[in-house]
Amino acid sequence: MSVSQIADFSHGTSKTFVFQNEGHTLGNALKGIISSYPNVQFCGYTVPHPAENQMHLRIQMFKGQAIDALKKGLADLIQVCDITLDKFDEAVVSFNTADK
Amino acid sequence: METVNDEKPRVILTEHKVVENFPQGPTVYDDHFDAKYFKKKLQIVVIRRNNTDMEFDLIGIQHFLANTFRRLMLSEVPTMAIDKVHVLNNTSIIQDEVLAHRLGLIPLKADPRLFQSVADVNEAPTEKNTLEFELKVKCSHNREISKKESSRAEDIYKNSNVYSKQIKWVPIGSQRSRFNESDVGPIHQDILIAKMRPGHELDLKLFATKSNGKDHAKFSPVATAFYRLLPDIKIVKPVEGEAAFRLQKCFSQGVISVRKENDRQYAVVNESHARYDTGCRNVFRYDDLKDSVVMSKIQDHFIFTIESVGALPPDAIFREALSVLKAKCSALLTELNV
Repeated sequence: MSVSQIADFSHGTSKTFVFQNEGHTLGNALKGIISSYPNVQFCGYTVPHPAENQMHLRIQMFKGQAIDALKKGLADLIQVCDITLDKFDEAVVSFNTADK
Repeated sequence: METVNDEKPRVILTEHKVVENFPQGPTVYDDHFDAKYFKKKLQIVVIRRNNTDMEFDLIGIQHFLANTFRRLMLSEVPTMAIDKVHVLNNTSIIQDEVLAHRLGLIPLKADPRLFQSVADVNEAPTEKNTLEFELKVKCSHNREISKKESSRAEDIYKNSNVYSKQIKWVPIGSQRSRFNESDVGPIHQDILIAKMRPGHELDLKLFATKSNGKDHAKFSPVATAFYRLLPDIKIVKPVEGEAAFRLQKCFSQGVISVRKENDRQYAVVNESHARYDTGCRNVFRYDDLKDSVVMSKIQDHFIFTIESVGALPPDAIFREALSVLKAKCSALLTELNV
């Protein structure tokens, strides 16, 4: 189990997700993307203790479920990887052809 | 203070502080994240590339994504390195644990994409996850040379210096048919491992495994991977004559050129070199020059430099970093959707 949720009383509009074996790399990327969504009131992350390999991600929504914002964030991050990889490959190819 | 009005988000470097200068129109920083918009804005340009070094521009991307890519390359892209050393004999003066640590830091040529990570450290190594090496060296007197001819240690002793080229590969299982010794061994042949004298002996078995920089820095595929913001220098008032040469000296070499036209000499920004400016603010020492230049940095234009250790070419490191992030996100997403 690498992601779990801390119990709360908000009926899912606010949630803290706990990621095992993750840190600032994923935390900051997710926070940056999720906090730009229009329905998100707040998104932040923390690594509670440097010796424990876990990361907490807090999402508070104006409306909708926090878990949906997290899923959208992960899906968008996958898209970012795909788009960047495509453009990077194009750039390397055009550099190689220009070089010859 | 000068401001710049164009479509680029930038910071202006003034004498004592850095001032934000955002354009009227939208930038990547004030939009809701949207994959289509991201695709439209993102631009990648390769500036230089060889087997170990690469420089490329990532334009129109948010800083947190640029930083994520950098962090991934440093600590999440796996490589192979010597991780376990069985010391059968070590009578040299270098202690077992120091020797093992030194051996671990030797970069290996083995392509990490062809290996698996060790799932359980207590299990026996297999041909899929481990490379085995051997280092057997004994130092002795060199009988072929008399002491009168030379007093250099290299001449009067045999094997007084132990180098990385003396590490021999021991193939496990079908590895012999899949790899060549030159594809898996140390990248550099002349790394000094230990110094010995007659009677000293090393007999070691080395086991290289796959892991990433989070585990230990020796597994990091890059010497460094870093980015800078693109500097932009604008000469807003003409600088002529002696002042032009003074202005040239205020910046990194090649950034400012002095152009000669008829009997007039004036300073111009050398566009191809301006990207290498260090942002040094020496101009502000001269009262007559400081208002003729606006120094700024473009906030969504990242100049990435990747310096590979040698196991993977730099472009492969960037691709691996992206696939590591993608795999991570996909795994989490499937877990949440269950």
